[in-house]
Amino acid sequence: MAIMIVTLTIVLFSVITNFTFTHTISQITNKIDISVYLNSNVSKTQTNDLIGQLEHLPNVQSVSYLSKAQVLAQYEKQNTANQQLIQAVNETANPLPATINIKPSNLNNLNVIRSFLAKPSISSLQTAPPSYSGQEKLAIDRITHATNVLKEIGVVAVAIFAVVSVLIIFNTIQMAIFNRRDEIQIMRLLGAGTWYIRGPFIVESIIYGILSAVISVAIINAAFQASSGTLKASSLGLLDISYANRFFDTRFIELLIIELGLGIVIGAVSSLIATRRYLKFKTR
Amino acid sequence: MILLDRVSKTYSRGSNPSLDRISLHVEAKEFVIVVGQSGAGKTTLLRLLTREERQTSGKIIVGGIDYDKLKDREIPLLRRKIGVVFQDFKLLPNKTIFENVAYALEMVGMGNKEIKNTVPKVLDIVNLTGKEDSMPLELSGGERQRVAIARAIVRQPKILIADEPTGNLDPKHAWDVIKILEKINRYGTTVLLTTHNQDIVNRLKRRVVTIKDGKIISDKANAGYKI
Repeated sequence: MAIMIVTLTIVLFSVITNFTFTHTISQITNKIDISVYLNSNVSKTQTNDLIGQLEHLPNVQSVSYLSKAQVLAQYEKQNTANQQLIQAVNETANPLPATINIKPSNLNNLNVIRSFLAKPSISSLQTAPPSYSGQEKLAIDRITHATNVLKEIGVVAVAIFAVVSVLIIFNTIQMAIFNRRDEIQIMRLLGAGTWYIRGPFIVESIIYGILSAVISVAIINAAFQASSGTLKASSLGLLDISYANRFFDTRFIELLIIELGLGIVIGAVSSLIATRRYLKFKTR
Repeated sequence: MILLDRVSKTYSRGSNPSLDRISLHVEAKEFVIVVGQSGAGKTTLLRLLTREERQTSGKIIVGGIDYDKLKDREIPLLRRKIGVVFQDFKLLPNKTIFENVAYALEMVGMGNKEIKNTVPKVLDIVNLTGKEDSMPLELSGGERQRVAIARAIVRQPKILIADEPTGNLDPKHAWDVIKILEKINRYGTTVLLTTHNQDIVNRLKRRVVTIKDGKIISDKANAGYKI
Protein backbone atom coordinates (compact mmCIF):
# COMPACT_ATOMS: atom_id res chain seq x y z
CA MET A 1 0.00 0.00 0.00
CA ALA A 2 2.88 2.35 0.80
CA ILE A 3 3.99 2.33 -2.80
CA MET A 4 0.50 3.16 -3.95
CA ILE A 5 0.41 6.14 -1.58
CA VAL A 6 3.76 7.32 -2.91
CA THR A 7 2.58 7.00 -6.50
CA LEU A 8 -0.66 8.81 -5.92
CA THR A 9 1.08 11.53 -3.92
CA ILE A 10 3.52 12.10 -6.75
CA VAL A 11 0.71 12.17 -9.28
CA LEU A 12 -1.17 14.72 -7.23
CA PHE A 13 1.95 16.75 -6.62
CA SER A 14 2.86 16.89 -10.28
CA VAL A 15 -0.70 17.78 -11.30
CA ILE A 16 -0.62 20.73 -8.90
CA THR A 17 2.86 21.83 -9.95
CA ASN A 18 1.86 21.51 -13.55
CA PHE A 19 -1.12 23.79 -13.11
CA THR A 20 0.96 26.17 -11.05
CA PHE A 21 3.60 26.38 -13.78
CA THR A 22 0.97 27.01 -16.40
CA HIS A 23 -0.55 29.64 -14.19
CA THR A 24 2.81 31.29 -13.61
CA ILE A 25 3.60 31.39 -17.30
CA SER A 26 0.26 32.88 -18.18
CA GLN A 27 0.65 35.40 -15.39
CA ILE A 28 3.98 36.51 -16.75
CA THR A 29 2.92 36.55 -20.36
CA ASN A 30 -0.10 38.61 -19.39
CA LYS A 31 2.19 41.32 -18.18
CA ILE A 32 3.85 41.58 -21.55
CA ASP A 33 2.39 44.10 -23.92
CA ILE A 34 3.33 46.55 -26.65
CA SER A 35 3.03 50.20 -25.80
CA VAL A 36 2.40 52.70 -28.56
CA TYR A 37 3.13 56.30 -27.52
CA LEU A 38 0.96 58.77 -29.34
CA ASN A 39 1.87 62.27 -30.45
CA SER A 40 0.06 64.95 -28.49
CA ASN A 41 -1.42 66.34 -31.71
CA VAL A 42 -3.20 63.08 -32.63
CA SER A 43 -6.92 63.74 -32.65
CA LYS A 44 -9.56 61.65 -30.93
CA THR A 45 -10.90 60.25 -34.24
CA GLN A 46 -7.37 59.30 -35.33
CA THR A 47 -6.87 57.50 -32.03
CA ASN A 48 -10.13 55.59 -32.30
CA ASP A 49 -9.32 54.78 -35.91
CA LEU A 50 -5.94 53.40 -34.90
CA ILE A 51 -7.44 51.34 -32.06
CA GLY A 52 -10.01 49.94 -34.47
CA GLN A 53 -7.32 48.92 -36.94
CA LEU A 54 -5.18 47.37 -34.22
CA GLU A 55 -8.11 45.35 -32.90
CA HIS A 56 -8.54 43.82 -36.33
CA LEU A 57 -4.94 42.65 -36.60
CA PRO A 58 -4.32 38.95 -36.14
CA ASN A 59 -2.59 37.86 -32.96
CA VAL A 60 -4.02 40.80 -31.02
CA GLN A 61 -5.80 39.80 -27.87
CA SER A 62 -6.87 43.20 -26.61
CA VAL A 63 -6.16 46.88 -27.06
CA SER A 64 -6.53 49.45 -24.33
CA TYR A 65 -6.14 53.22 -24.39
CA LEU A 66 -4.77 55.46 -21.68
CA SER A 67 -5.16 59.21 -22.04
CA LYS A 68 -2.42 61.61 -21.02
CA ALA A 69 -4.13 62.23 -17.70
CA GLN A 70 -4.52 58.54 -17.02
CA VAL A 71 -0.89 57.88 -17.85
CA LEU A 72 0.11 60.65 -15.46
CA ALA A 73 -2.07 59.24 -12.73
CA GLN A 74 -0.60 55.81 -13.25
CA TYR A 75 2.90 57.26 -13.23
CA GLU A 76 2.26 59.06 -9.97
CA LYS A 77 0.88 55.91 -8.46
CA GLN A 78 3.90 53.87 -9.51
CA ASN A 79 6.32 56.45 -8.13
CA THR A 80 4.71 57.53 -4.89
CA ALA A 81 8.00 56.82 -3.19
CA ASN A 82 9.88 59.26 -5.36
CA GLN A 83 8.23 62.63 -4.76
CA GLN A 84 10.93 64.48 -6.66
CA LEU A 85 10.08 62.69 -9.85
CA ILE A 86 6.41 63.50 -9.45
CA GLN A 87 7.24 67.12 -8.76
CA ALA A 88 9.41 67.26 -11.85
CA VAL A 89 6.62 65.84 -13.97
CA ASN A 90 4.09 68.22 -12.52
CA GLU A 91 6.20 71.30 -13.06
CA THR A 92 5.61 71.26 -16.78
CA ALA A 93 2.41 70.61 -18.61
CA ASN A 94 1.98 66.81 -18.49
CA PRO A 95 4.88 65.53 -20.64
CA LEU A 96 3.71 61.97 -20.74
CA PRO A 97 2.20 60.74 -24.00
CA ALA A 98 -1.19 59.11 -24.35
CA THR A 99 -0.59 55.40 -24.70
CA ILE A 100 -2.19 52.46 -26.49
CA ASN A 101 -1.40 49.11 -24.91
CA ILE A 102 -1.59 46.08 -27.20
CA LYS A 103 -1.79 42.67 -25.63
CA PRO A 104 -0.66 40.02 -28.14
CA SER A 105 -2.23 36.58 -27.95
CA ASN A 106 1.01 34.85 -28.90
CA LEU A 107 4.30 36.30 -27.80
CA ASN A 108 6.26 34.32 -30.31
CA ASN A 109 4.71 35.96 -33.29
CA LEU A 110 4.82 39.73 -33.06
CA ASN A 111 5.90 40.43 -36.63
CA VAL A 112 2.47 41.40 -37.93
CA ILE A 113 1.96 43.93 -35.17
CA ARG A 114 5.51 45.15 -35.49
CA SER A 115 5.33 45.80 -39.22
CA PHE A 116 1.92 47.42 -38.88
CA LEU A 117 3.27 49.88 -36.32
CA ALA A 118 6.31 50.57 -38.50
CA LYS A 119 4.22 51.74 -41.45
CA PRO A 120 4.98 55.41 -42.13
CA SER A 121 1.34 56.46 -41.77
CA ILE A 122 1.19 54.87 -38.34
CA SER A 123 4.64 55.74 -37.08
CA SER A 124 4.03 59.40 -37.84
CA LEU A 125 1.39 59.34 -35.08
CA GLN A 126 3.91 58.20 -32.49
CA THR A 127 6.24 60.32 -30.42
CA ALA A 128 8.60 57.43 -29.80
CA PRO A 129 9.15 53.94 -31.17
CA PRO A 130 6.84 51.34 -29.59
CA SER A 131 8.20 49.39 -26.63
CA TYR A 132 8.18 45.62 -26.99
CA SER A 133 9.27 44.50 -23.58
CA GLY A 134 11.97 42.81 -25.59
CA GLN A 135 14.26 41.73 -22.79
CA GLU A 136 11.40 40.36 -20.80
CA LYS A 137 10.50 38.12 -23.72
CA LEU A 138 13.90 36.44 -23.50
CA ALA A 139 13.35 35.78 -19.81
CA ILE A 140 9.89 34.44 -20.50
CA ASP A 141 11.24 32.13 -23.15
CA ARG A 142 13.66 30.73 -20.64
CA ILE A 143 10.99 30.28 -18.02
CA THR A 144 8.69 28.57 -20.49
CA HIS A 145 11.46 26.27 -21.53
CA ALA A 146 12.35 25.42 -17.96
CA THR A 147 8.77 24.71 -17.00
CA ASN A 148 8.25 22.56 -20.06
CA VAL A 149 11.27 20.49 -19.13
CA LEU A 150 10.00 20.17 -15.56
CA LYS A 151 6.58 19.12 -16.84
CA GLU A 152 8.13 16.43 -18.99
CA ILE A 153 10.20 15.17 -16.09
CA GLY A 154 7.03 15.11 -14.02
CA VAL A 155 5.16 13.06 -16.61
CA VAL A 156 8.01 10.57 -16.88
CA ALA A 157 8.31 10.29 -13.09
CA VAL A 158 4.59 9.68 -12.75
CA ALA A 159 4.67 7.03 -15.46
CA ILE A 160 7.61 5.25 -13.86
CA PHE A 161 6.03 5.29 -10.44
CA ALA A 162 2.71 4.07 -11.80
CA VAL A 163 4.42 1.11 -13.45
CA VAL A 164 6.50 0.34 -10.35
CA SER A 165 3.43 0.58 -8.19
CA VAL A 166 1.42 -1.75 -10.41
CA LEU A 167 4.29 -4.25 -10.36
CA ILE A 168 4.66 -4.15 -6.60
CA ILE A 169 0.95 -4.40 -5.93
CA PHE A 170 0.81 -7.20 -8.44
CA ASN A 171 3.57 -8.98 -6.57
CA THR A 172 1.91 -8.47 -3.20
CA ILE A 173 -1.33 -9.95 -4.45
CA GLN A 174 0.50 -12.87 -5.97
CA MET A 175 2.06 -13.54 -2.59
CA ALA A 176 -1.33 -13.35 -0.95
CA ILE A 177 -2.73 -15.76 -3.49
CA PHE A 178 0.24 -18.04 -3.15
CA ASN A 179 -0.36 -18.21 0.59
CA ARG A 180 -3.96 -19.14 -0.03
CA ARG A 181 -3.41 -21.43 -3.01
CA ASP A 182 -4.67 -24.51 -1.18
CA GLU A 183 -7.83 -22.70 -0.30
CA ILE A 184 -8.23 -21.50 -3.86
CA GLN A 185 -7.66 -25.00 -5.14
CA ILE A 186 -10.39 -26.31 -2.85
CA MET A 187 -12.74 -23.57 -4.00
CA ARG A 188 -11.95 -24.52 -7.55
CA LEU A 189 -12.65 -28.18 -6.99
CA LEU A 190 -15.94 -27.37 -5.33
CA GLY A 191 -16.94 -25.50 -8.45
CA ALA A 192 -16.43 -21.90 -7.40
CA GLY A 193 -16.66 -19.56 -10.36
CA THR A 194 -13.74 -17.42 -11.37
CA TRP A 195 -15.30 -14.24 -10.06
CA TYR A 196 -16.35 -15.85 -6.83
CA ILE A 197 -12.69 -16.49 -6.03
CA ARG A 198 -11.31 -13.40 -7.67
CA GLY A 199 -13.84 -10.97 -6.20
CA PRO A 200 -12.40 -10.70 -2.68
CA PHE A 201 -8.87 -10.09 -3.98
CA ILE A 202 -10.03 -7.37 -6.33
CA VAL A 203 -12.23 -5.74 -3.73
CA GLU A 204 -9.31 -5.81 -1.32
CA SER A 205 -6.93 -4.08 -3.69
CA ILE A 206 -9.58 -1.54 -4.70
CA ILE A 207 -10.02 -0.72 -1.03
CA TYR A 208 -6.25 -0.27 -0.79
CA GLY A 209 -6.48 2.06 -3.77
CA ILE A 210 -9.19 4.15 -2.14
CA LEU A 211 -7.33 4.33 1.16
CA SER A 212 -4.09 5.29 -0.59
CA ALA A 213 -5.87 8.03 -2.53
CA VAL A 214 -7.35 9.50 0.64
CA ILE A 215 -4.02 9.30 2.46
CA SER A 216 -2.08 10.89 -0.40
CA VAL A 217 -4.57 13.77 -0.59
CA ALA A 218 -4.20 14.15 3.16
CA ILE A 219 -0.40 14.19 2.85
CA ILE A 220 -0.50 16.94 0.22
CA ASN A 221 -2.98 18.85 2.31
CA ALA A 222 -0.76 18.59 5.37
CA ALA A 223 2.23 19.69 3.28
CA PHE A 224 0.36 22.81 2.24
CA GLN A 225 -0.74 23.49 5.78
CA ALA A 226 2.84 23.23 6.95
CA SER A 227 4.41 25.17 4.11
CA SER A 228 1.87 27.92 3.52
CA GLY A 229 2.85 29.83 6.65
CA THR A 230 6.53 29.95 5.87
CA LEU A 231 6.45 30.05 2.10
CA LYS A 232 3.45 32.21 1.32
CA ALA A 233 5.43 35.39 1.81
CA SER A 234 8.24 34.36 -0.51
CA SER A 235 6.59 33.40 -3.72
CA LEU A 236 9.39 31.25 -5.07
CA GLY A 237 9.44 32.92 -8.44
CA LEU A 238 8.49 29.92 -10.51
CA LEU A 239 6.43 28.04 -7.99
CA ASP A 240 3.71 30.24 -6.68
CA ILE A 241 2.89 28.37 -3.49
CA SER A 242 -0.14 30.44 -2.64
CA TYR A 243 -1.57 29.79 -6.08
CA ALA A 244 -0.85 26.07 -5.73
CA ASN A 245 -2.58 26.13 -2.37
CA ARG A 246 -5.60 27.97 -3.77
CA PHE A 247 -5.69 25.62 -6.71
CA PHE A 248 -5.69 22.67 -4.33
CA ASP A 249 -8.46 24.17 -2.23
CA THR A 250 -10.77 25.14 -5.04
CA ARG A 251 -10.30 21.97 -7.07
CA PHE A 252 -10.21 19.74 -4.02
CA ILE A 253 -13.18 17.58 -5.04
CA GLU A 254 -11.94 17.12 -8.59
CA LEU A 255 -8.44 16.22 -7.42
CA LEU A 256 -9.82 13.78 -4.88
CA ILE A 257 -11.97 12.13 -7.55
CA ILE A 258 -8.98 11.84 -9.89
CA GLU A 259 -6.91 10.30 -7.12
CA LEU A 260 -9.65 7.88 -6.15
CA GLY A 261 -10.13 6.92 -9.78
CA LEU A 262 -6.42 6.30 -10.24
CA GLY A 263 -6.18 4.31 -7.02
CA ILE A 264 -9.12 2.14 -8.00
CA VAL A 265 -7.80 1.56 -11.50
CA ILE A 266 -4.29 0.68 -10.33
CA GLY A 267 -5.67 -1.66 -7.67
CA ALA A 268 -8.15 -3.34 -9.99
CA VAL A 269 -5.76 -3.79 -12.88
CA SER A 270 -2.94 -5.22 -10.80
CA SER A 271 -5.20 -7.64 -8.95
CA LEU A 272 -6.86 -8.75 -12.18
CA ILE A 273 -3.48 -9.58 -13.67
CA ALA A 274 -2.24 -11.21 -10.50
CA THR A 275 -5.26 -13.47 -10.11
CA ARG A 276 -5.33 -14.53 -13.74
CA ARG A 277 -2.46 -16.95 -13.43
CA TYR A 278 -3.83 -18.77 -10.45
CA LEU A 279 -7.30 -19.19 -11.80
CA LYS A 280 -6.52 -21.43 -14.66
CA PHE A 281 -8.52 -24.58 -14.41
CA LYS A 282 -5.60 -26.88 -13.96
CA THR A 283 -4.96 -27.23 -10.29
CA ARG A 284 -1.56 -28.69 -10.68
CA MET B 1 -24.28 -41.72 -15.88
CA ILE B 2 -20.55 -41.97 -16.56
CA LEU B 3 -19.33 -43.03 -19.96
CA LEU B 4 -15.70 -43.28 -21.03
CA ASP B 5 -14.92 -44.40 -24.52
CA ARG B 6 -11.34 -45.35 -25.33
CA VAL B 7 -9.96 -42.55 -23.14
CA SER B 8 -6.22 -42.03 -23.02
CA LYS B 9 -4.16 -39.57 -21.04
CA THR B 10 -0.52 -38.86 -21.61
CA TYR B 11 1.00 -36.23 -19.33
CA SER B 12 4.05 -35.39 -21.35
CA ARG B 13 4.83 -36.10 -24.94
CA GLY B 14 6.74 -39.30 -25.45
CA SER B 15 6.11 -40.77 -22.01
CA ASN B 16 3.98 -43.81 -21.37
CA PRO B 17 0.28 -43.04 -21.16
CA SER B 18 -1.15 -42.88 -17.63
CA LEU B 19 -4.41 -44.13 -19.03
CA ASP B 20 -4.48 -46.26 -22.15
CA ARG B 21 -7.77 -46.50 -24.07
CA ILE B 22 -9.99 -46.96 -21.06
CA SER B 23 -13.65 -47.71 -21.70
CA LEU B 24 -16.03 -47.71 -18.76
CA HIS B 25 -19.75 -47.37 -18.35
CA VAL B 26 -21.28 -46.64 -14.96
CA GLU B 27 -25.07 -46.65 -14.61
CA ALA B 28 -26.97 -44.21 -12.45
CA LYS B 29 -27.14 -45.23 -8.77
CA GLU B 30 -24.31 -47.72 -9.20
CA PHE B 31 -21.55 -48.15 -6.60
CA VAL B 32 -18.26 -48.80 -8.36
CA ILE B 33 -14.90 -49.42 -6.72
CA VAL B 34 -11.78 -48.71 -8.71
CA VAL B 35 -8.72 -50.55 -7.45
CA GLY B 36 -5.15 -50.63 -8.57
CA GLN B 37 -1.66 -50.03 -7.28
CA SER B 38 -0.21 -46.57 -6.88
CA GLY B 39 0.56 -45.16 -10.26
CA ALA B 40 -1.88 -47.46 -12.01
CA GLY B 41 -3.94 -44.49 -13.17
CA LYS B 42 -6.81 -44.37 -10.65
CA THR B 43 -6.24 -40.77 -9.69
CA THR B 44 -5.72 -39.74 -13.30
CA LEU B 45 -9.10 -41.27 -14.09
CA LEU B 46 -10.79 -39.22 -11.37
CA ARG B 47 -8.97 -36.06 -12.38
CA LEU B 48 -10.32 -36.49 -15.87
CA LEU B 49 -13.83 -36.82 -14.49
CA THR B 50 -13.53 -33.60 -12.45
CA ARG B 51 -11.87 -31.95 -15.40
CA GLU B 52 -8.70 -31.15 -13.52
CA GLU B 53 -7.05 -32.71 -16.53
CA ARG B 54 -8.12 -33.10 -20.11
CA GLN B 55 -8.02 -36.45 -21.82
CA THR B 56 -5.48 -36.76 -24.60
CA SER B 57 -7.94 -38.74 -26.70
CA GLY B 58 -11.27 -40.51 -26.39
CA LYS B 59 -14.66 -39.39 -25.25
CA ILE B 60 -15.97 -38.63 -21.76
CA ILE B 61 -19.66 -38.03 -21.09
CA VAL B 62 -20.84 -37.49 -17.52
CA GLY B 63 -24.47 -36.80 -16.66
CA GLY B 64 -25.15 -35.96 -20.28
CA ILE B 65 -22.27 -33.47 -20.52
CA ASP B 66 -19.81 -34.13 -23.31
CA TYR B 67 -16.41 -33.01 -22.02
CA ASP B 68 -15.22 -32.18 -25.51
CA LYS B 69 -17.85 -29.49 -25.77
CA LEU B 70 -17.28 -28.12 -22.28
CA LYS B 71 -16.02 -24.56 -22.23
CA ASP B 72 -13.66 -23.35 -19.51
CA ARG B 73 -16.26 -21.11 -17.97
CA GLU B 74 -18.67 -24.04 -17.73
CA ILE B 75 -16.27 -26.11 -15.64
CA PRO B 76 -17.49 -24.65 -12.32
CA LEU B 77 -21.02 -25.65 -13.26
CA LEU B 78 -19.87 -29.19 -14.00
CA ARG B 79 -18.05 -29.45 -10.70
CA ARG B 80 -21.13 -28.37 -8.82
CA LYS B 81 -22.89 -31.43 -10.21
CA ILE B 82 -20.17 -33.79 -9.01
CA GLY B 83 -19.35 -34.26 -5.35
CA VAL B 84 -15.68 -35.00 -4.69
CA VAL B 85 -13.99 -36.41 -1.59
CA PHE B 86 -10.21 -36.55 -1.28
CA GLN B 87 -7.77 -38.59 0.70
CA ASP B 88 -6.47 -35.47 2.43
CA PHE B 89 -9.97 -34.09 3.11
CA LYS B 90 -9.21 -30.60 1.73
CA LEU B 91 -11.23 -28.76 4.34
CA LEU B 92 -10.71 -25.05 4.84
CA PRO B 93 -8.74 -25.02 8.09
CA ASN B 94 -9.85 -21.63 9.36
CA LYS B 95 -13.55 -22.22 8.95
CA THR B 96 -15.79 -24.15 11.30
CA ILE B 97 -17.44 -27.42 10.28
CA PHE B 98 -20.69 -25.61 9.61
CA GLU B 99 -18.94 -22.98 7.49
CA ASN B 100 -17.03 -25.61 5.54
CA VAL B 101 -20.24 -27.30 4.50
CA ALA B 102 -22.14 -24.04 4.06
CA TYR B 103 -19.41 -22.79 1.80
CA ALA B 104 -20.42 -25.17 -0.97
CA LEU B 105 -23.92 -23.74 -0.81
CA GLU B 106 -22.92 -20.07 -0.61
CA MET B 107 -21.00 -20.57 -3.79
CA VAL B 108 -24.14 -21.42 -5.72
CA GLY B 109 -25.95 -18.45 -4.23
CA MET B 110 -28.19 -20.16 -1.69
CA GLY B 111 -29.74 -17.83 0.90
CA ASN B 112 -28.62 -17.83 4.54
CA LYS B 113 -31.89 -19.14 5.83
CA GLU B 114 -31.90 -22.11 3.52
CA ILE B 115 -28.26 -22.84 4.34
CA LYS B 116 -29.07 -22.86 8.06
CA ASN B 117 -31.78 -25.36 7.28
CA THR B 118 -29.82 -27.63 5.00
CA VAL B 119 -26.43 -27.96 6.66
CA PRO B 120 -27.63 -29.62 9.92
CA LYS B 121 -29.57 -32.21 7.92
CA VAL B 122 -26.47 -33.16 5.97
CA LEU B 123 -24.31 -33.23 9.10
CA ASP B 124 -26.89 -35.61 10.54
CA ILE B 125 -26.47 -37.96 7.57
CA VAL B 126 -22.74 -38.18 8.27
CA ASN B 127 -23.34 -38.51 12.04
CA LEU B 128 -21.70 -35.21 12.99
CA THR B 129 -24.59 -33.45 14.68
CA GLY B 130 -23.23 -31.24 17.45
CA LYS B 131 -19.87 -30.62 15.80
CA GLU B 132 -21.04 -27.56 13.85
CA ASP B 133 -18.83 -25.07 15.69
CA SER B 134 -15.69 -27.20 15.87
CA MET B 135 -12.68 -26.42 13.74
CA PRO B 136 -11.39 -29.10 11.36
CA LEU B 137 -8.16 -29.57 13.31
CA GLU B 138 -10.12 -30.40 16.46
CA LEU B 139 -11.66 -33.43 14.78
CA SER B 140 -10.28 -36.91 14.17
CA GLY B 141 -9.37 -37.98 10.68
CA GLY B 142 -12.56 -40.00 10.32
CA GLU B 143 -14.68 -37.07 11.42
CA ARG B 144 -12.90 -34.73 9.04
CA GLN B 145 -13.48 -37.09 6.19
CA ARG B 146 -17.17 -37.19 7.07
CA VAL B 147 -17.24 -33.38 6.99
CA ALA B 148 -15.72 -33.57 3.53
CA ILE B 149 -18.43 -36.03 2.50
CA ALA B 150 -21.11 -33.74 3.93
CA ARG B 151 -19.68 -30.91 1.87
CA ALA B 152 -19.59 -33.07 -1.22
CA ILE B 153 -23.21 -34.21 -0.94
CA VAL B 154 -24.82 -31.04 0.40
CA ARG B 155 -25.64 -29.87 -3.12
CA GLN B 156 -27.21 -33.24 -3.87
CA PRO B 157 -24.95 -34.20 -6.73
CA LYS B 158 -25.89 -37.12 -8.94
CA ILE B 159 -22.34 -38.42 -8.73
CA LEU B 160 -19.99 -38.71 -5.78
CA ILE B 161 -16.34 -39.33 -6.51
CA ALA B 162 -14.25 -40.49 -3.57
CA ASP B 163 -10.50 -40.67 -4.16
CA GLU B 164 -9.03 -42.98 -1.52
CA PRO B 165 -11.19 -41.45 1.19
CA THR B 166 -9.98 -44.03 3.71
CA GLY B 167 -6.31 -43.76 2.82
CA ASN B 168 -5.42 -41.78 5.94
CA LEU B 169 -7.79 -43.51 8.35
CA ASP B 170 -7.55 -46.42 10.75
CA PRO B 171 -9.79 -49.43 9.98
CA LYS B 172 -12.64 -48.45 12.29
CA HIS B 173 -12.92 -44.88 10.98
CA ALA B 174 -12.41 -46.12 7.45
CA TRP B 175 -15.37 -48.40 7.78
CA ASP B 176 -17.49 -45.52 9.20
CA VAL B 177 -16.73 -43.53 6.11
CA ILE B 178 -17.54 -46.43 3.79
CA LYS B 179 -20.86 -47.02 5.55
CA ILE B 180 -21.78 -43.41 4.95
CA LEU B 181 -20.88 -43.76 1.27
CA GLU B 182 -23.19 -46.78 1.11
CA LYS B 183 -25.94 -44.79 2.79
CA ILE B 184 -25.55 -42.00 0.23
CA ASN B 185 -25.62 -44.57 -2.56
CA ARG B 186 -28.87 -45.96 -1.17
CA TYR B 187 -30.34 -42.44 -1.40
CA GLY B 188 -29.70 -42.61 -5.15
CA THR B 189 -26.27 -41.08 -5.75
CA THR B 190 -23.84 -42.79 -8.09
CA VAL B 191 -20.64 -43.47 -6.14
CA LEU B 192 -17.22 -43.95 -7.65
CA LEU B 193 -14.70 -45.02 -5.04
CA THR B 194 -11.01 -45.68 -5.39
CA THR B 195 -9.22 -47.56 -2.68
CA HIS B 196 -6.23 -49.65 -1.73
CA ASN B 197 -7.99 -51.29 1.13
CA GLN B 198 -8.45 -54.98 0.42
CA ASP B 199 -10.66 -55.52 3.43
CA ILE B 200 -13.10 -52.84 2.37
CA VAL B 201 -13.34 -54.15 -1.17
CA ASN B 202 -13.98 -57.66 0.02
CA ARG B 203 -16.64 -56.64 2.53
CA LEU B 204 -18.50 -54.32 0.16
CA LYS B 205 -19.23 -56.92 -2.50
CA ARG B 206 -19.75 -54.37 -5.23
CA ARG B 207 -18.65 -53.93 -8.81
CA VAL B 208 -14.87 -53.72 -8.90
CA VAL B 209 -12.86 -52.24 -11.74
CA THR B 210 -9.16 -53.08 -11.60
CA ILE B 211 -6.65 -50.83 -13.34
CA LYS B 212 -3.09 -51.81 -14.03
CA ASP B 213 -0.55 -49.77 -15.99
CA GLY B 214 -3.29 -47.51 -17.31
CA LYS B 215 -5.50 -50.33 -18.57
CA ILE B 216 -8.60 -51.96 -17.17
CA ILE B 217 -7.65 -55.56 -16.54
CA SER B 218 -10.87 -56.69 -14.93
CA ASP B 219 -14.40 -55.38 -14.34
CA LYS B 220 -16.62 -57.68 -12.25
CA ALA B 221 -19.77 -57.33 -10.23
CA ASN B 222 -19.74 -58.56 -6.60
CA ALA B 223 -16.02 -58.99 -6.82
CA GLY B 224 -13.23 -59.20 -4.32
CA TYR B 225 -9.84 -57.59 -4.28
CA LYS B 226 -7.32 -59.05 -6.66
CA ILE B 227 -4.45 -57.46 -8.49
